[in-house]
Amino acid sequence: MTGSNTAAVAFEQVSKSFGAKQVLRNVSFEVPAGQALCILGRSGTGKSVTLKLIISLLKPDSGNIWIEQDEITRLKAHELSKVRRKMGFLFQDAALFDSLTLYENLALPLLRLTRKSRQEVDFVVDKVLRQVGLKTDENKMPSELSGGMRKRAGLARALVLEPKILLADEPSSGLDRITAAEIDELMLEQKAQHRTTLIIVTHDVHGARRVGDRIAVFDKGNLIAHGTAAEVAASENEVARNLISEQ
Amino acid sequence: MTNTFEFVGNVSRFGLRGFVDLFRRPFEGGQIGRQLAEVGAKSLPLVIASGFALGAVLTLHTRSTLVTFGAASLIPTIQALAFFVEIGPLVVALLVAGRVGSGIGAVLANMRATEQIDGIESLSIDSFKFLVVPRIVACVLALPLLTLFMDFSGLLGGFLAERAASGISFQLFLTRAFSAFEWSNFVPPTFKTAVFGLIIGTVSSYFGYTTNRGAQGVGQAATNSVVVSSLLILVTDVILIKAIFFMFPENAL
Repeated sequence: MTGSNTAAVAFEQVSKSFGAKQVLRNVSFEVPAGQALCILGRSGTGKSVTLKLIISLLKPDSGNIWIEQDEITRLKAHELSKVRRKMGFLFQDAALFDSLTLYENLALPLLRLTRKSRQEVDFVVDKVLRQVGLKTDENKMPSELSGGMRKRAGLARALVLEPKILLADEPSSGLDRITAAEIDELMLEQKAQHRTTLIIVTHDVHGARRVGDRIAVFDKGNLIAHGTAAEVAASENEVARNLISEQ
Repeated sequence: MTNTFEFVGNVSRFGLRGFVDLFRRPFEGGQIGRQLAEVGAKSLPLVIASGFALGAVLTLHTRSTLVTFGAASLIPTIQALAFFVEIGPLVVALLVAGRVGSGIGAVLANMRATEQIDGIESLSIDSFKFLVVPRIVACVLALPLLTLFMDFSGLLGGFLAERAASGISFQLFLTRAFSAFEWSNFVPPTFKTAVFGLIIGTVSSYFGYTTNRGAQGVGQAATNSVVVSSLLILVTDVILIKAIFFMFPENAL
């Protein structure tokens, strides 16, 4: 397999271990460009590791990972940097830089990675902050933001370079259902307006059904079901069926 | 023993990567400036206060002995030589290892634990170059400057203690202080602190940047940064003094 022309992300027989613990076993899947894949599964089944492998924060022990037409497991640092520019990552706890204000958090990648003038940077940051409803909070430090605001700020930072692929690690964790739905809505808006590919790791089955075009279910490092919500619900695998029918 | 060699190898490789990355674009001027303020400007009150107190104490201790031997006029000379040659450089290095080394270790370890370093990498920014290189450079640049402040504040503390005891004038104190002074008493000891800065910046950044033990790793990185930096500074000081004596034999007499 060399990553099909329409796939934004493709895994080919990917395995990953930490010491004696194998967290992913020969996992293969594809995410077509412009679609949303939600990854479900119990804690410790390799969901977050999958996201970190996609953005190459971790390297697989074996297998290939394709981002569009680039196989990323053997890329050099400068080549990897170019591929990463296609992606935005919303971390579970937002991972905002705690020594910078919200504005500075968003402006940092623009100032370092683009040739935009200060005015253009201000314009982009302003636009993204309005999009996530945090314009009036731009001078706040991350520690002054609530959990939901931090998530939205993390999303804003992930979107500021206009990525083709948005990776989100448990975007609804620690949030009430209304705030979680707002975050989902923002991601769906991004997908609809910019044809952004979404890959979301979540425990929120309700959210996954709403946001995901496709759903992947992981169990003990194996991909046990992959398809639309209806297909996963009709899966032969009992764990996958139980998981998708929760709530 | 194997662990010690492995540690020395890893820290050396870490420092070498910092040196190579220093000359790659972008040059991180803004970050270096911010870290210089953190390492240098914010350490200044501690350095000046410590120097002043040490200067006064040194005079109080040496005075009684020197007066007994009728050598009270040597107090300023001893004061200046002691501070410029050894006390200033060494005490500054140990103070900075405590204040800044622990800070660097803790901050970077916290950034690792809270995925901030992953966040930087995910934005296609080289986290090592962005976070580590400026901290090492700032330590290297700040230590010699802080040493000057320590030296002169020590001299001032010594002068005030001596003036209270003997009423010596400032001009006479300075004249006696630098009467036996050579440039080689001043330049090599001051610049050797750049090496101490390199040790503090590299070791502290290494412990903070490479930790993977979550919140527990933060405290551990801070402690290890101070302990290992201080130990290496003391050992390196002996080596550097021997090197200075070799290059400036008149200092060894």
